[in-house]
Amino acid sequence: MVSKYLHQRGYWAVEKAIEIHNLTKRYKDVCAVENLNLSIENGEIFGFLGPNGAGKTTTIRALTGLAKPTSGSVSVCGFNVASEPEKVKRVIGVVQQHFTFDLDLNLRENMELHARLHHIPKNIRRQRIDELLEFVSLTKQSERLVEDLSGGMKKAAMIARALLHQPKIIFLDEPTVGLDVQIRRRMWDLIRKLSRSGTTIFLTTHYIEEAEALCSRVGIVNQGHLIALGSPSELRGQVGLATVEMLVGGEYTRYEHFVDRQEALAYMQCLPSDVKAVVRDSSLEDVFVKLTGKKVEADGDA
Amino acid sequence: MLETLQDIGTVVWVDLRFLRRNLTKTMALTLIAPVLYLLAFGYGLGRGTLVEGYSYLDFVIPGIIALTAMTTAFNTSGLKLHVDRLFYKCFDETLMAPVSPFSIIVGKALIGVVRGLMSSAAILAVALAFSPLPTMNLLFPLSLVLTCFAFSFLGVIVALLAKTHQDMTLFMSLVILPMSFLSGTFFSLSQVPDALIAVLYASPLTHACLCLRASALGQPFPWLSLAVLMLFGAAFFGLCFVALKKAIR
Ligand SMILES: Nc1ncnc2c1ncn2[C@@H]1O[C@H](COP(=O)(O)OP(=O)(O)OP(=O)(O)O)[C@@H](O)[C@H]1O
Ligand SMILES: [Mg+2]
Repeated sequence: MVSKYLHQRGYWAVEKAIEIHNLTKRYKDVCAVENLNLSIENGEIFGFLGPNGAGKTTTIRALTGLAKPTSGSVSVCGFNVASEPEKVKRVIGVVQQHFTFDLDLNLRENMELHARLHHIPKNIRRQRIDELLEFVSLTKQSERLVEDLSGGMKKAAMIARALLHQPKIIFLDEPTVGLDVQIRRRMWDLIRKLSRSGTTIFLTTHYIEEAEALCSRVGIVNQGHLIALGSPSELRGQVGLATVEMLVGGEYTRYEHFVDRQEALAYMQCLPSDVKAVVRDSSLEDVFVKLTGKKVEADGDA
Repeated sequence: MLETLQDIGTVVWVDLRFLRRNLTKTMALTLIAPVLYLLAFGYGLGRGTLVEGYSYLDFVIPGIIALTAMTTAFNTSGLKLHVDRLFYKCFDETLMAPVSPFSIIVGKALIGVVRGLMSSAAILAVALAFSPLPTMNLLFPLSLVLTCFAFSFLGVIVALLAKTHQDMTLFMSLVILPMSFLSGTFFSLSQVPDALIAVLYASPLTHACLCLRASALGQPFPWLSLAVLMLFGAAFFGLCFVALKKAIR
């Protein structure tokens, strides 16, 4: 009886962390996102993949209130981004693809500005800033102008800043571009830790192995359309679990995908002798390449 | 309410930090033009000339103060927001923070007001060394603050709507510059042909000048002009909200 009542009032309905309903975003001549539908559970690490210009950043901008959808609706934590922007802003943390520092200020001042904007009480502000700067190894740089930091340091600082107000949902738009291996691994651990404690993570990346390592589910977009959705292993299953990689004429590489190793090996038997071929497990990258029809650069940059 | 005040404080805090770090440079920059005006128009050109029964220097000082208040307020809040938005892109962070549009707009305009007042005060100090103004009552600072607010809001509007840095410069050359000369800053409105007078009265700076001049020289105070100035300020303030909505594309 009581539970039914609560349910009707929406108290027990567990809100999705992110809900995207028929999102379309058109700029003058391009359609950046077209009819996108997606919902993301609380605590999920969701990987949003796609080639350059696919519409990943645009989607994040719509979700964070920086871009107005042409049509469709988006909600975060059950709050509609268009009608309840301030409630949404209270729960999100965002690392944009590009740097968004006030370059007239030093690093600590930038952090402090963020902390103030998010109403972090004065008595814990400083401590939390120090902790996060320590975490990304930027304690020594804290009094330097952001302008004078290296690219990777800036990126790390972006992440540290986005975590200051302990958001429930974090948007990371290519967060690990330019980070050295040490910090990148620490970031991965951090992302997993955040997820375990219930934080939802919406991540875009061109490092497919990063998505494979972190994400419980990935979506692949191409030219504004969602073309695949599922866990990395589900998607691998869709193209075939085994891949034959062939070097044809010593010049270009071809890939063929098979349901399992046996079929792959059978195929290799039939290849002409001048083709060098190896069989290996399919990776998420194979899925990506097959579906988007492009090879992603292993070291693609921002 | 308290949170709103806090947020306004936060938004202006950044800009104040920068201002404090570059205080001498900033002051030098804002003083150059008005001191030149003062020397050229007031001292050089205007010696011995009487306008409306006052020495030209006395007449022109309030005009130069109005002019300084306008350009400093507009440039400061406009340019800073413009850079924040289009070049540093840190304005995105403000937009994504749980801060009301009201706090953002007032906070972003305040730096213009602060600097407008600082520069005006500096000019006033310089000017008083040249020539003591006959009277000066409380209506003077009131009109000055109002002028600063109005043009600060105007700066915020333009910065929010500008798509490239040229838009900003274009507005300055097409609107601010003509306004600075065509608003009774350097001459008396009685010297202007009737056809042009309507144009002059459409400029908020004209009303700022009239208010400042009257209160500095002890003339009867033009309350109507004060009301018009307030109206301009309120309109610019309102348009800031529209512009902020438009800035989210
Ligand atoms: N402000 C804008 N005005 C016009 N077109 C835009 C704007 N922002 C994005 N676009 C266009 O929308 C499309 C999607 O861009 P978006 O930045 O979302 O891609 P992305 O998936 O993030 O790519 P990348 O991997 O390179 O970051 C592109 O064709 C881009 O040119
Ligand atoms: Mg992008």
